[in-house]
Amino acid sequence: MSDVRPVIARVYREEWARVVATLARRFGDLDVAEEMAAEAFATAVERWPVEGIPPNPGAWVTTTGYRKGIDRLRRETRREGKHVEALMLSQAPEPPGAVDDDRLRLVFICCHPALGMEARVALTLRMVGGLTVPEIARAFLVEDAAMARRITRAKAKIKAAGIPFRVPAREDLPARISGVLAVVYLIFNEGYLASGTQSDPIRSDLTAEAVRLTRLLHLLLPEDGEVAGLLALMLLGEARRTARVSARGELVTLAEQDRGTWDRVLLAEGHALVRARLASGEAPGRYQVLAAISAVHTDTLDARDTDWSQVAALYDQLVRLDPSPVVRLNRAIALAELDGPEVALAELDDLPLDGYHAFHATRADLLRRLGRSQESRAAYDRAIDLAANSAETAYLTRRRDQLGR
Amino acid sequence: MAQYLMSVLHDSPDLATDEEMAAIDVFNDKLQSEGYWVFAGGLSTPDLATVVDNRAGESIVTDGPYLESKEHVIGFWIVDAPDLDVVLRLAAEGSRACNRRVEVRAFLPA
Repeated sequence: MSDVRPVIARVYREEWARVVATLARRFGDLDVAEEMAAEAFATAVERWPVEGIPPNPGAWVTTTGYRKGIDRLRRETRREGKHVEALMLSQAPEPPGAVDDDRLRLVFICCHPALGMEARVALTLRMVGGLTVPEIARAFLVEDAAMARRITRAKAKIKAAGIPFRVPAREDLPARISGVLAVVYLIFNEGYLASGTQSDPIRSDLTAEAVRLTRLLHLLLPEDGEVAGLLALMLLGEARRTARVSARGELVTLAEQDRGTWDRVLLAEGHALVRARLASGEAPGRYQVLAAISAVHTDTLDARDTDWSQVAALYDQLVRLDPSPVVRLNRAIALAELDGPEVALAELDDLPLDGYHAFHATRADLLRRLGRSQESRAAYDRAIDLAANSAETAYLTRRRDQLGR
Repeated sequence: MAQYLMSVLHDSPDLATDEEMAAIDVFNDKLQSEGYWVFAGGLSTPDLATVVDNRAGESIVTDGPYLESKEHVIGFWIVDAPDLDVVLRLAAEGSRACNRRVEVRAFLPA
């Protein structure tokens, strides 16, 4: 059958995480889970064209992977099959956790705080996202072998350190969810404004994967405000994707984007999530406030109609939650619209952001608006030096070159 | 259940203060009453250490630590716990009690 391959590709996309998660729980081993899942899909590629697509493809793959895993264990331990199965079944029943879903358990394991951030990102993309090692390597600009080693080391750490195959204890949940969101947000940001002067400025495969993962989290943790907030933030960002880079590969700022090209469906979904969080009456966390800011920006068809006082008020709220210099920088940008560039420039004075390109880009723009061209040029130069994204560099170069003498 | 080493990291000649000692006692009591305790102890400082090297059959004894480093292990706990999440919570309490950073390492399976 020639039409089986697209079906298998779809099944892979939809079922990989669930298959891996189920096998990981049953075998208590990520290596075995990943390899047996991969082998099971390979078997599907061989058998389904001949035998037809099974009525429940996900279950077929899981069962096949499980049988292969048992066979392998049997060979490795040289014990009777029954003893090995008894071993599997003798795992103590898990105490009732906050949420009982294998995929959620897998996400929490891959994002465990004992793993370094790079390891968490790589492992999550491989085990939950189902991206291949070469795909992940390309996304983060490392060699395939180096990425493979990173993932292998992460799995070895999980085994050696005894990271449990369990949803975190109730008291650990908030911090652990926060950790998961940080991983997923990092994946999104890497796709949203990808690093590397030679690569694509926007990696839509990464942003799409981040959105997919966050949708899964939202499905599994529907009550969590920050998960909903992050999903809203990502959707409102994705909605603007095609407008953000010009045909010539230059970044297009929010003020200059063709708002007619924004994806209405994603905008509606994002706005609905923001409204729902507002209606919940719960105190919003960081991602919810960021999403609300994004919602205000994307609420108008004309940039000139932006409700800057609402944006500034939201940034005031954000600063209270997260007084980091970058947040204060973004707040200053909003202040410039309300109180003028002089006030905003003063806000930037004490910020320890000398190594951050956006800091210098912001100063450059404010200085330009104040007619201080020489200082503006110097700031653009610094920003260009520090910028790590090709579309941004192009944009900053043009702005600098447009300055009068 | 698995065993873990929680090492207390230290980088100055100061010893534990009275408050720290009191807090450590409370923590030790908790480890014992909750069944995590295997062993624990404070160590004399590295300048008082001795290194023995008998790899080549000529037992060489040297005064001082094997590694010249400002940071060193000043004490440790060995605990028995079901998984890393439990140990990380214990290590957090231990770090707070002795007011120092704590390194957690699992023992290799026997």
